[in-house]
Parts: sequence; structure tokens; C-alpha cells
Amino acid sequence: MRSLATARPRPFRLGTTGLVYLALVSIVLVGTAVAAARGHNLLGTANLVDMLTRSSLLGFVAIGQTLVILCRSLDLSVGYVMALSSVVAATTMAGDPARIGLGIAAVIAVSALIGLVNGLVVTRLRVNAFIATLGMGLIIKGYLDTRYKGPAGDIPEAFQLFGYTRIAFLPLSAAAMVAAAVLAILFLRMTRTGYHMYAVGGDAEVARMSGIHVERPVITAHVLCSVAAGAAGLLVAARFGTGSTLVYASGYDLESIAAVVLGGTYLLGGRGGVAGTVAGVLILAVLDTVFNILAVDPFFKDVLRGVIVIAAVAIYARRQVDRTASRSRFAGSRGGPSGGTGDPPHPAPAEQGGRT
Amino acid sequence: MNAPDPPLLRMSGIGKSFFGVNVLEGIDLDVRSGEVHALVGENGAGKSTLMKILAGVHPADTGHIELSGERVEFSHPVRAQQAGVSTVFQEFNLLPERTVAENVYLGREPVRRGRVNARGMADDTAGLLDELGITGISPHAAVRTLSVAQQQIVEVVKALSSDARIISMDEPTAALADHEVELLYRLVRRLRDRGMAVLYVSHRLKEIFDLCDRATVLKDGRRVDTVPISATTPTELIRMMVGRPISTFFPDPIEGTRPGPVRLEVAQGGNDRLDGIDMQVRGGEIVGLAGLQGSGRTEIAHALFGIARFTRGEVRVDGRRVALRSPTRAVREGIALVTEDRKTQGLALSQSVLANGRLVLDSVLPFRARSGARRLPGFFTSLELVARDTAQEVRFLSGGNQQKVVLAKWLATEPKIIVLDEPTRGIDVGAKRAVYTLIRELAAAGVAIVLISSELQEVIGLADRVLVLHDGRIFGELPAGASEEAVMSLATGSHNNGREVA
Repeated sequence: MRSLATARPRPFRLGTTGLVYLALVSIVLVGTAVAAARGHNLLGTANLVDMLTRSSLLGFVAIGQTLVILCRSLDLSVGYVMALSSVVAATTMAGDPARIGLGIAAVIAVSALIGLVNGLVVTRLRVNAFIATLGMGLIIKGYLDTRYKGPAGDIPEAFQLFGYTRIAFLPLSAAAMVAAAVLAILFLRMTRTGYHMYAVGGDAEVARMSGIHVERPVITAHVLCSVAAGAAGLLVAARFGTGSTLVYASGYDLESIAAVVLGGTYLLGGRGGVAGTVAGVLILAVLDTVFNILAVDPFFKDVLRGVIVIAAVAIYARRQVDRTASRSRFAGSRGGPSGGTGDPPHPAPAEQGGRT
Repeated sequence: MNAPDPPLLRMSGIGKSFFGVNVLEGIDLDVRSGEVHALVGENGAGKSTLMKILAGVHPADTGHIELSGERVEFSHPVRAQQAGVSTVFQEFNLLPERTVAENVYLGREPVRRGRVNARGMADDTAGLLDELGITGISPHAAVRTLSVAQQQIVEVVKALSSDARIISMDEPTAALADHEVELLYRLVRRLRDRGMAVLYVSHRLKEIFDLCDRATVLKDGRRVDTVPISATTPTELIRMMVGRPISTFFPDPIEGTRPGPVRLEVAQGGNDRLDGIDMQVRGGEIVGLAGLQGSGRTEIAHALFGIARFTRGEVRVDGRRVALRSPTRAVREGIALVTEDRKTQGLALSQSVLANGRLVLDSVLPFRARSGARRLPGFFTSLELVARDTAQEVRFLSGGNQQKVVLAKWLATEPKIIVLDEPTRGIDVGAKRAVYTLIRELAAAGVAIVLISSELQEVIGLADRVLVLHDGRIFGELPAGASEEAVMSLATGSHNNGREVA
């Protein structure tokens, strides 16, 4: 019966983020066992480095995407921003170690500008985020395709180290990604803008009625998202040693959304967080590595990933409380912890003859 | 006029019109500190609009608002809050996914050394809850895990935290279970004891006599009077709320209409909003459902149509027990529902008149679609639908013509039972006339009709019997031609408190 779902006091339940980490640990355990059966060590240095390197790139993009999705928006231009950023970095640095700082600054400026335009188009022109950012992506793609035929620019050795250095099994890039995640978490938990992102994503009208300028958090989220994608572009440039225009074809836009959703953030905004997203990214990376060890057919690999993302979201959806049920007048009135001392409700025959 | 101590809130000469229709005219209202002031009136009397003007949601067209003698201008809800006027609407302004403390301080999060002071927020929220004597709500609980009554408390705490001096509450008990109402009473009394002014909008007379000090009665957008509760009686108050001549606007039954066998029968129907519903509707009979908003009128319509079905009791159509599990099933059983909100529930606005007319036929009754659709033009003509042609998108039609499309859509399914939920809401007089005539014609053709309307005259003028609902139960039955006072006294629960009746 529906009313049972609202019975209170409810038993302790794992939060969604906890659930995601539980899933991550389970997948690592199962993956380790499966790999061991094939004579591989999933947690060996080579595999760990592989997984963490994969995660760092997607991680940057997905962290930014989380902020945007929390505001009930979406950014489909991230892959193109990555590609453009790698080209901007490589052409600005042009192999000169002294210009590394300039290159990074240029990437941040360009990507922030793109994010600002995305945010303004979504809020001021009220263009649906899906279309606005898809259009922005196409504009960038057109620019890259006509201007650059293949790799461009040159990344100095010193900056390439960013892509390859690692401490024990921890790649520097992964450490940077985790640092970015921590910053994003603090941002969401400690700043008013962070609070307002949840408010706007949860219910823009409630936010407006509470005196929040509803456009600001959305614009901020878009700027931060593009800058995060720019950071991912820097990482791409460091790895390849040159600006790589074709990164945009690697599907980071959709994969980042998958990671965000897998991490328990509600696609329609207002609920979720960056910690879950990091777990989502790691889950995807672990799965990838395990599939590689098992030499799973690439086509089948994608099928499995798709199934896992859909299954995860279905599980979260089932855990959602049915809000309308809590407004019930009769059956739902028992067991409310409201501390009310009024007469017990009219003997509502909650269960009798409850057949249809 | 030059009283030494001006009232906390004074509204003078407030007027408002929407699309040329006067909703409020020359309303004067003053509320003193430490007073619970009731604002009463029938549905559509203008209570909600007046509240929204006070809350800064709508600007008033005429008149002005004074707080402690100072004139104020609320251009935005936040301005009103800052001035100390908080409103608890029926639809709560809360974020279900955020915690109690985060909701209380939404948009006003305290910042210390550049970061939101989450602990301070939680502590202050806990302090306010303590002051109100509320236990069982943690500042850290997500709002979605709270009951409606608790969410209402969160709204009040939110108001207190912004130093509100005036709290207005719109139908605060509408969504509460019986035992939660007492909690609200205590809360309101505590607010009054703190010297706040409470504007209490309700049409449940029992609450008003339990809780309020004075009452202002609105009728048709005008103020009737303001009276001290101690100097009036429920009967007197009801007389002020209604008491207007019934126009001879409603067509008489068509010759030869007589009740046939029982077509629709509900025995002890109930779900989480309704309880112990017993009703029978004969073919050719019009049964009116009256009651205040939230009393369960629409819920009965939804239950009959399989939207929020009865989880208890049974429903029979033409004597056969049916399981109305979904609207599809309901349509197949011959039930039609003209919904309360035609724009979001009754029509596909960007589709053509014809497509809307065929909607139910095509989706539910494909084998009858062709013959049903052939009759559509006939229905359009007899309802005097005014449209350029049947390919015109319905969103370009007037409200009355849109409603005619909805009616034609259902007529085409040849229903045995038709439930009309606010069939004349927001349509012009001519279209109303057409709807009334149609209802009579359907009755003459032996259709069982359930008519729901907030306009009492409509129910009284058309129905053969009126069932009055209160708090999700049928509170009484009145014969045709009952007086508005009789209906209102049942609907407001002032007749008796009804617990024994049900």
C-alpha cells in the first residue's frame, strides 16, 4: 500500500551518496575477484594508474557538470570546450616554458567567457540549456574544424609533466581532480551561492519568493563548469604534448552527465553533490578497466555501461519519497511524529477492505 | 482616524481587477497586534487575492497599506517579508530536499568570515522551535521527511526568523489531519501571545470561533463587515457570507426527464483523502457535490475516474462492480470527467479542435473512434462552438469555447456517467448557459450526472440532490432548492462537528 511508504518514524537509511560509495566498493571487490580469476591484479600499480588517469579527465568535466545540473541546467558544450582549451593552451604556450602561466590564464579566460555566454543565454534569453549549450558546442566545433586540420601548437616539457608525474600510484592529474572536487564540495556547502544553486535547482519559484536572484547561481555554475572543462583541456594538452582538436569526439559531454547521474545527482536539479559524482566517475573507470582486463567486446562494454547507468537511476528513483502521499488526510495520519497531542484521529479504517 | 495607537496593519480602499473583472473593491481591513483576525468568505470572495496583495505577490490597483501608521509599498514578496509581513500560503514555499534550517534561512543565509554559518543557522532554528514549544523537528531533517503539519511549522518558523510582526495564513488547516489541527491552534495562540498580528484566512467556522478575535467578511470582492467574534454567531456569519438573490438563470429540467435505475453506486468508498463515501446516482439525475475547497469534491471526481482511486469500499456501474484502476478503465466503463483545470488537464492546447475532440476516442476507444468522430461536428454545432474551423488550435479559443471542445470530446464517447468538475469556471455567461442546457439535455437522455462547483447557486439551481462534503466525508444531503445558508452551514462544519454523523 502506498501509505506504508510514508509510515514514520522511518528506519535509518543510507544516503544516496553513501549508496554510491557502497556500490563503488562492491564493484571494486567484485572486479578484483573477477580479475584475480583471470590471473590479473586489479589493484596493481599499472591498473590503478590507468583507472585514476582515466578518472581525472572525466572527473574535471563531471564536477563542473554537477554544478550545472544541480541548478537544473545542462552543459553539452563541455567536450568542445575541452578541445578548444587544449588548442588554446598549446598555441599560447608554443613550446616556451616561460609562457605556461600565460597559457593557463588564456584557457581560463576563454572557457570562463564561454561559460558566461552559456549562462546568459540560458537565463536571460531563456533558451533551453540543452539547445543553448549544444549550439555553443557546434559553434566551437565549426571554429576548430575550419581553423585547425589536426594537432596544433606545442606544449613545453615542463607542463607535460603535469600529465605524467605521479607519486607512487597517484597521478598528479588525479590529485588535482580530487583537489578540485574538494573545492567544489566546500563551495556548495559553505557559500551562499552554493546554497542558492540547490534552491534554484530545487524550485526556482520558491527561490525567487525567498529573495534569491535566481539567475546568478545558474550563470556562476555555467562559468565554473566551463572552467572545469577548460582544466580538462589543459590536462589533454599536457598528455598529448599538443593541442588536440578531436577530443570533442570522445563523448565526454554525455559521459559526464552519466557520471553525475550515476553519482546520485537528480537530473532535474536541487539534489545531489560532487562527492557522489566523484564516485560515479570512479565506478565508470573501474568498470572500464575490468572490461579491458576481461577483453570484453567494446560494443558489449557500452551496452553494459548503459545498463548500469539506467539501473542506478531507477534505483534512486525508487528511493524517492512520494511527496503527495504525505498530504494524505486519512490513511497517512497514523504514526506522524508531529508531537501533536490532539485526539487520535477519527478511526479511519485505513486497512479494512483495502482491496480494489 | 487620529487614534493614538495606529493598528499594526491597516489596508484601506484596496481594489484589484484582473482582465477587467473587479476581484476586490474598496476593502478596508485593520489588524491589531496580539490579535487573530479571521478573513472569511465563500470561494471566490476575494480572500486569496487580498492576501496576495498583502504578501506583495500582486500589486493593488487602488488603495494603500500602512504598517504601524507608515505607508508601505510591496513591489516584491521579499519587500513584504523585510517589512515584517510573512505569508504562509497553502502551497508551501519550501525546498523538500533541503534541511529545515536551510529552508528557514533560505535567501538570508548568515555569513561569517566568508562562509555560511551553518551551525548558527541550525542553532537559531532550534531556538525558535523551542520558543514555540515544538518538539520532534530537527533543524537538520530534510523537509521532505516532515509531515504537512510540520512543514507548516517550518513556514511559521521561517516567518519568525525574519522578524515578522504580521503572519497571514491561507487556509492553514486545509491540508491537516484532525489531530494536527490542535497543534496549529497552539502555534497560532503562541504567536498571538508574542504580540504578533495573525490574519487567519479560513472558511471553517469552527476554527474561527475557536481561535479568532475578530472576523472580516468578504463577499463578491467587497467587505461586508468586521465583527468581534464574541458578538456574533455562526448563523449570523454565514448570513453575511452568502445572502444574495438567486437569479433565475438556470434552465428547468426538460419535459419527461425522470430518474431511471441507479447507474453509479459507491459504497463506503475511501482513500487517503476520502472516507466513508456512500452515494448513488440514477440515470437522468443530477447530483451536486458541494463543499469548500479541499473538502474532497475533486478527490471524489478523481477517485471515480481512476486517477486517485478508492482503496476501500466498492463502486458499481449499472449494478456491476467495477475496478476503476485507471482513467482508461473508467472511460471503458462509460465514465467521463470534465476536469477542473481545462488548460492543463482537459486539452492539448497546441492541437486542433478536431484532434482534441478525438483525443479520448483515439486513445481509449479505437474501435469506436471512427463512428464517434463522425458525430463530433454535430456536437460542435449544438454546443454553438465558435472557432474558425476545426483545424484551429484550441489555445486561440476563448475559455468558453475551449470548454465546449472538452464537452464535445466526452460526448463523443457516449458516457453513461459524466462527472463535471467546475464546468463553468472562467467562462462567459453565454457559454455558461450552453453548459447548463447541455447538462439538462444529458439528464433527459438518461445520463447520470455528478456536478461539482464552487458556485453554490449553480449546484443548487441545477442539482436534484446536493451532497455536502466536509473534511473528506459526506456531511449531509440536501434536496433540490435548498438554501445557500443550509449548504454553507454543513460545508463549514458549523452545523454540528459531524464526528457522530459520519
